Amino acid sequence: MLEIRWHGRGGQGAVTSVEMLALAAIGEGKHAQGFPSFGPERKGAPVAAFNRIDDKRIKVRSHIYTPDVVVVLDSSLVGLVDVTEGLKDDGILIVNTAKAAKQLKEEMNFKGTVATVDATRIARDELGVPITNTTMLGALIKVLKVVKLDSVEAPLEHKFGRIAQKNMAALKRAYEEVKIS
Amino acid sequence: MTRRTGMEIAFAAAEAVALCKPDVVAAYPITPNTHIPEHLSDIVADGRIDADFICVESEHSALSACCGASAAGARTFTATSSQGLLFMAEVMPIVSAMRLPVVMAIGNRALSAPINIWNDHSDIMSQRDTGWISVFASNGQEVVDMVIQGFKIAEHRDVLLPLNINLDGFQLTHVVEPMLFPDQEEVERFLPEYKPYATVHPDRVVSMGTLGMPEIFNEAMKAKDMGLINSKKVILEVWREWEEQFGRKHEPIEAYRTEGANVLLLTVGSMGETAEVAIDELRDRKMPAGLLKLKLWRPFPLEELRKAVKGAKVLAVMDRAVSCGGSAGPVCAEVKSALYGEPGCPVIVNYIIGLGGRDVTAEDFIQIVEKAAKADKEKPKEAYEIYGVRGS
Repeated sequence: MLEIRWHGRGGQGAVTSVEMLALAAIGEGKHAQGFPSFGPERKGAPVAAFNRIDDKRIKVRSHIYTPDVVVVLDSSLVGLVDVTEGLKDDGILIVNTAKAAKQLKEEMNFKGTVATVDATRIARDELGVPITNTTMLGALIKVLKVVKLDSVEAPLEHKFGRIAQKNMAALKRAYEEVKIS
Repeated sequence: MTRRTGMEIAFAAAEAVALCKPDVVAAYPITPNTHIPEHLSDIVADGRIDADFICVESEHSALSACCGASAAGARTFTATSSQGLLFMAEVMPIVSAMRLPVVMAIGNRALSAPINIWNDHSDIMSQRDTGWISVFASNGQEVVDMVIQGFKIAEHRDVLLPLNINLDGFQLTHVVEPMLFPDQEEVERFLPEYKPYATVHPDRVVSMGTLGMPEIFNEAMKAKDMGLINSKKVILEVWREWEEQFGRKHEPIEAYRTEGANVLLLTVGSMGETAEVAIDELRDRKMPAGLLKLKLWRPFPLEELRKAVKGAKVLAVMDRAVSCGGSAGPVCAEVKSALYGEPGCPVIVNYIIGLGGRDVTAEDFIQIVEKAAKADKEKPKEAYEIYGVRGS
């Protein structure tokens, strides 16, 4: 079972990210959960959201303490929130930052895999707003290969309607531009 | 045809209600059930179902509106949580005594104070004795199933009682997961049109909820109690029909790996799923532990419980509510009462866990089972333990 924790700020759409990823996985016939951190969410405050993905039915309903993967939607959270808390030593950290993956890996002294993409720039270019949830989903799909890129199209269409294509474009660019170290 | 779809469970509850084509929905939003009426109001506004969505100013009005609508013969639904359910309390026993088959979803949440929006079972336990049929779901699929079954059970001519479906706030309401949805035709094949026994109508005058003098009140209460007890027969019948048509089995108490178990855990609601993970782990360690998941809370399945605990040395009952100053948590008090005097009755221990959204992990259940396993040699000093209290 794959466990993912997403860090963002209230209003950046972390909950939408987990919803889109869960729906994409479910659409492929997999089992998945997507859920918020159940906190009193406030705009701008640090929030978390979670995914579980597996080939068999997922029974566990407790919080995620030792994720395999952490995604950070907003680089200002690094240092403010302990984003690698509980992350497995061989885990994967995916961060929205203009920094190179190698540099961030050294700065954070993290032994696992680090991937970076300048999702804020991509989101500004493609969507006109610095909301990076769908963009970072593209980076995650590239790094994890847990769902096919095509599988997020239907959930995005359903969620975003006429702006779905813009989100898909941002997602695809992050998929292409993400760098792994 | 059955459709496998991922969805937030609160939305799925609303979709299941829509498949039952209610005539009237009246609700007032309160976290964490809000997405249920919110999505239903969308469904009504989009014209997907021909229902009246009554925007009321309180939960008291929501259930009062449902009471009136149901008395007029409408298929009626509402949803609430926590203090919202308490605000309905005045109307709760009226709906059941008037034998009105209102169906309600409760996104279970703690009661204030301190203010807490997260899950436990204090809300429904406070309404335990109001004469409603009460079921607990442990996952999204059960929520979908129980909503559709709920109308059929409640509206059955031999039942005619309101029914509430309990789904844990956040742990279920806010989780996106895959569920199977029957199509409209299949639901209509399963769920007949509601044919009320009696309705209020200006041209055909009947009285409902009238004054009951002391000379008649005992009898009225006996009739209400009998109605609830007798509903079990129909509940089991409807669950059998469900299994025949949709292939998913529902039982008042579901047993998980109980064969040869010395220690049995008994859970209510979504914690049962996490408990299964703990039982798997314990079985891997050759520890003979099993799990009972209580699905039917009212009417309480006495015979099923007596049968299910046979052979166990220790029964560890998990409560998600405190009966302050009482002898046990509400579920355990019920279990003890049901098993009192039964030959071979196991030692019963009671843990109160997961209050106000405190996380309950598989590891917690493993520790509880290991602790409970010693109880047949050395009885715990306290009648119940609020598990995981810091500083105690």
